Amino acid sequence: MSLAGEQPKRAFRLSMLVYDSRYRAYTIQVLFIAALAVLIGWLVNNAAENLARLGITPDFSFLWNRAGYDISMKLIHYTNDSTHGRAALVGLINTLFVSALGCVTATILGVVAGVLRLSKNWVIARLMTVYIEVVRNVPLLLWLLVIYAVFTSVTPSPSEFRGTHPKAEMWFWGSTAITNRYVALPSPEFFRSLGNVDLGIFKVSLDLLALIAVIVAGVLVQRALRRRATRIQEATGRRPATWWAPILCILVPVVALLMLLGFHLDDPRIRGFNFSGGILAPNSIFALWFGLSVYTATYIAEIVRAGILAVSKGQTEAAHALGLRPRRTMSLVVLPQALRVIVPPLISQFLNLTKNSTLAFAVAYPDLGATLGGITLNQSGRALECILLMMVTYLAISLLISAVMNAYNRAVRLKER
Amino acid sequence: MADTDAFFRTEMLPPKEPPLSQRGVWKWMHENMFSSIGSGALTVLGILFVLYVLASAFPWFAHSVWHADSLRQCRDIVHKTWGPGTDGACWAVIRANWNLYLYGFYPMEQIWRPNLAFLLLLVALSPILFSRLPRKMIWFSACYPALAYWLIWGGTLWISVTIMAGFAVGALVLRFLGRIAGTALGVGGAVLGAVLWWLFVAAPVATALADIVPLHLTFVPSDKLGGFLLSFITGMCGIGFSLPMGILLSLGRRSDMPIIKTSCVLFIEFVRGVPLITLLFTASFLLAYFLPPGTTFDLVLRVIIMVTLFSAAYIAEVIRGGLAAIPRGQFEAADALGLDYWKAQRLIVMPQALKISIPGIVGVFIGLFKDTTLVIIVGLLDPLMGISNAVRANVAWNGVYWEPYIFAATIFFIFCFGMSRYSMYLEGKLKTDHR
Repeated sequence: MSLAGEQPKRAFRLSMLVYDSRYRAYTIQVLFIAALAVLIGWLVNNAAENLARLGITPDFSFLWNRAGYDISMKLIHYTNDSTHGRAALVGLINTLFVSALGCVTATILGVVAGVLRLSKNWVIARLMTVYIEVVRNVPLLLWLLVIYAVFTSVTPSPSEFRGTHPKAEMWFWGSTAITNRYVALPSPEFFRSLGNVDLGIFKVSLDLLALIAVIVAGVLVQRALRRRATRIQEATGRRPATWWAPILCILVPVVALLMLLGFHLDDPRIRGFNFSGGILAPNSIFALWFGLSVYTATYIAEIVRAGILAVSKGQTEAAHALGLRPRRTMSLVVLPQALRVIVPPLISQFLNLTKNSTLAFAVAYPDLGATLGGITLNQSGRALECILLMMVTYLAISLLISAVMNAYNRAVRLKER
Repeated sequence: MADTDAFFRTEMLPPKEPPLSQRGVWKWMHENMFSSIGSGALTVLGILFVLYVLASAFPWFAHSVWHADSLRQCRDIVHKTWGPGTDGACWAVIRANWNLYLYGFYPMEQIWRPNLAFLLLLVALSPILFSRLPRKMIWFSACYPALAYWLIWGGTLWISVTIMAGFAVGALVLRFLGRIAGTALGVGGAVLGAVLWWLFVAAPVATALADIVPLHLTFVPSDKLGGFLLSFITGMCGIGFSLPMGILLSLGRRSDMPIIKTSCVLFIEFVRGVPLITLLFTASFLLAYFLPPGTTFDLVLRVIIMVTLFSAAYIAEVIRGGLAAIPRGQFEAADALGLDYWKAQRLIVMPQALKISIPGIVGVFIGLFKDTTLVIIVGLLDPLMGISNAVRANVAWNGVYWEPYIFAATIFFIFCFGMSRYSMYLEGKLKTDHR
């Protein structure tokens, strides 16, 4: 009687590398590695030969040379005497800035559109369907161009705001001017400013830091109060009123701080042919921001709709049977479950929005692609280095966003055994 | 006693009509438009918004001008017909630049070639899209890429033929060697045979055949391509090549072999992490560095390669989702039947995985088609910015904005919306479960 474990041990033969599935995997991987090595070697060899022939060596020192060009929007200090590296940093900050703004508004718009598309109101549901289908089936580039064209062709030029009886009028009680080149906004100023703290690369306003600190502290205190209210409710069955907590913990301290610092708005004023004072934000950021938001919102709307539809009807009915009102059903039963379906694709939409912000070239917004991948590349001629830096930067942003959002996703995920 | 009987009704009363607010149009409106105060307010606002948009856009469309030689003439016609101060659409700009929008700077006398290629594309696509057509037509679809390349770029037909012949050589080697030495050696031999054919046999054979039977079309360089023709070429090539590549990548990512798996993961995550524009930059600035000194190849071809790599990574992720949704039992059943890896994938796993991932795949295709407009960044003439800028560079049409945008948007909308509707049709057709 022969047992399964007592098979005669066969000696290794060369043909087993192909026909024995235990060894075939090694053969395939070795061949694959060899082919990959040959390909990469060939590419690197070509690159080395080409670079030697052109007499250039990969070198990042150009980043410390004078840039010599101006950037229309900068959130940190920059002049045309600054370095290429700083120009790239300005571009990177601009990219992050418009992406962050876009993510927030796209989420709000997308959630509203997605919920309204499911609404029982026929007119609103149809309107949202038309909005979503029309916007997502046309390239983003076109929306950017259209919005930018509206901004530049419909709005008046700055000089039309001149004189005692100007042709164009300012908005919001004379504080904001929308012109065909920029939007002049009032800038927040402080009479008794705390000054800035210099971090080497850029300066951070201490006023802003103080404001953030007060808000964070207020939110923490308010949450502690709510937790205490829940504890009392669980012990006595009666919940103490907490409606005053946000007002007392956040609003009052913030107003007090602003008054202490002497907060006031500095309105832009027309001087000569242009505005001065206030913040002059180029139209390109608004065009890019609106375009990205409106476009990405259609995708988010579909994600939200799918997420809400994914919660089974029995859940809603059970909540109703328990006597929960529709709004509480939505916030306590449907949304927490829908969120688990919504969050992962939402992350990839945020990533898409960030990557789509490279379409800034269509509206001449100075993002990373326009500074590092545009003027710096053309001036220095260092295509290899510039594109490599750009790719690494975007890769880092993508990985960072997905890491943060995945951590959040783990937090809201269904806790299973 | 009997008298009282007369008070009894002998038949039922007919049911009364429901009140006006509970029937017909009124009921529907009450339920779907004015169910509450908030809903009613939204309805009124929505209707007002639609009316406002229509009222502001309608005169512009109603005053359309179709025949004019310049924007100035357009405006003169509008003012003459509808009175001074009125505004109207000038579709004459599309009419006058029709060929530019469709073909870019493709030579006028050769325009039948892209037209024929487009017609044949429809023929080649039909057996893939609609399963009721004869299956033999799929052979034409397989030969179509070579034919289309020859039609659009010109040159001699024999280059296309010998390139396609490489695939035939591979298939023959697979069939004969596979029967003798097993599938694994067969695939290896097929790849080797095809590569050897392309490297050493294809060029001389093509030259020889071209000498004997010169099937030659005027060569059209890539910088003449533009407009929707360019969008179509990049879009269709990207779609056609990225699907098989995406399938291979997704299988690689799920493979048990660590080296293959790592390579696929690295490739997919890298491509998905960078914007398409940086890849297009690479195609235009960097690719020349990585080729042997002195060689260069076509910019459109480079862009197609990059677009294909880009969407292949996305498709790989979509299909990976589909693969993850297949129950383990299916894989085990395939193993139990004694199917080898490729047979199991082809007969059991992929049909189910692809069916699940249809909406995602079509979504990637739609995105890819829309992204073809980004080729403007490397100086190719896309139909949105490139051609519109070229049109506006002409003094006669300087200052025209809306008409080109509306035209391009309409064409893109028709194709993208069509694709998404087709995917819904396909989903419905392939739905075999009874849920």
